[in-house]
Amino acid sequence: MKTTKYLFSGFGGQGILFSGKFLAYKGLTADKNVSWLPSYGPEMRGGTASCGVIISDGSIGSPIIDKPDVLIAMNLPSLDKYESTVVSGGTIVLDSSLIDRKVERTDVNAVYVPATRLASENGMPTLANMIIVGKLLALEGETGSEIIDETLKKVISAKHADMLEVNKKAMQIGADYKE
Amino acid sequence: MANKVLMKGNEAIAEAAIKAGCKHYFGYPITPQTEIAAYMAKKMPKIGGTFLQAESEIAAINMVYGVSSAGYRVMTSSSSPGISLKSEGLSYLAGADLPAVVINVQRGGPGLGDIQPSQSDYFQATRGGGHGDFHMIVLAPGSVQEMASLTVKGFELADKYRMTAMILADGTMGQMMEPVELDFDVAPAPEKPWATNGTKMQRKHNITNSLSLVPEELEKFNFARYERYKLIEETEALCEEYLMDDAEIAVTAYGIASRVTKNAVDEARKMGIKVGLIRPITVWPFPKAPYEKAAEKVNHIITVELSMGQMIEDVMLATKCKVPVTLCNRAGGMIPSVEQVLEEIKKYAKRGE
Repeated sequence: MKTTKYLFSGFGGQGILFSGKFLAYKGLTADKNVSWLPSYGPEMRGGTASCGVIISDGSIGSPIIDKPDVLIAMNLPSLDKYESTVVSGGTIVLDSSLIDRKVERTDVNAVYVPATRLASENGMPTLANMIIVGKLLALEGETGSEIIDETLKKVISAKHADMLEVNKKAMQIGADYKE
Repeated sequence: MANKVLMKGNEAIAEAAIKAGCKHYFGYPITPQTEIAAYMAKKMPKIGGTFLQAESEIAAINMVYGVSSAGYRVMTSSSSPGISLKSEGLSYLAGADLPAVVINVQRGGPGLGDIQPSQSDYFQATRGGGHGDFHMIVLAPGSVQEMASLTVKGFELADKYRMTAMILADGTMGQMMEPVELDFDVAPAPEKPWATNGTKMQRKHNITNSLSLVPEELEKFNFARYERYKLIEETEALCEEYLMDDAEIAVTAYGIASRVTKNAVDEARKMGIKVGLIRPITVWPFPKAPYEKAAEKVNHIITVELSMGQMIEDVMLATKCKVPVTLCNRAGGMIPSVEQVLEEIKKYAKRGE
């Protein structure tokens, strides 16, 4: 029985909750059990935002994540706060255009993606989050699959259907990026 | 799986209420339950229903009283401090024997407290919820699916017994998303011959009222109401038992605390500790039977709560203190960790063979 716990963290406005929602919907589309829990409260107004996503073949107990398998850090305070909580052998994916230090842990897999820079260079300044998600899925061996298309259709409302292709493109940029 | 959608617990409550035939919602925003009102604001105008953001919680609960008097399914929602404001209305609803569904997505207290998850309104909810002799049916969801299904059940029970059904949730349950299926078989609302919906010159005027100045009369009403409560206690208590068959230790928790506890029980089982979980789904009526059964075979009971220890009193009453009952808790908006609960279980586990 496989259970993976993801923690997304960054500034409010970086699409942290959306990328978590995408991953949760992808799990649901693949018939897995999922949970999604955001931080909520005054700290979200201009401060840090985070959300935890659990994807499991079995039933999910607590939706609260103390020790993530995967940390997606989109700003320095997030890396400072959560680096030590990642399980040994886990993965940290970080936006290296906003975080100017390296991961100090040596027992985790650190992946550096200059997502914010790549996003602005490609004319999609709001999609650094999906570039990171693209990289994350590539690491997990899942790119270009139908399930990503199907999931995007679920998380992007019909009103914003024009955003579908650019989200896909952002994920492809992330998947193709080599350090 | 095909019909499952991802939804926040708060949204699931709102959608389930609409599915249950609730076309009238009155509320006042407060974190962490505002998504309920937001969902209703979006949906109610489309189905010819009423969404009204009242000028206060007190106004909202009295609007509920009015619509319920007219015989319609009606709901309001709030979080802890807002529920205290509604408590006068809850008592009046009880005194007038009016059905209603009230949601409490609890946050840390007392006072304005904070906005993080809590279970510290347990006493307030299970001991009546206002002044005078009365009870509410109190349902405690343990998943987003139950946020929806228990809301539907709440409407059915409220109509069946002419009383308030409260959903006692917490900030985590309200904010988290899980897959939820929303195809419900909803029992249609029963005939309400008492409703103040116009005599059509065919019957006497109906009056909904909680004022009863003749003590002999008022006593009669109260005794009759408690006859109904007795029936509810006998027939409506709900509970889930997990790995209790061979358990030597029982842990008990509801809502988000039960989710954390389930993980701790699984971890402890991996270590060979015979421990099980009792999860009340109704906290009034409190499901006494599984505790009576447990008291005969386990040597310790731990209650896990996001409060300073409230449900623990019901556990002690149900077990008649035949086994020691201790508390494992966090308060003020904090949530016990799996490790904390696991340590507590280990403390009372029999070591060795």
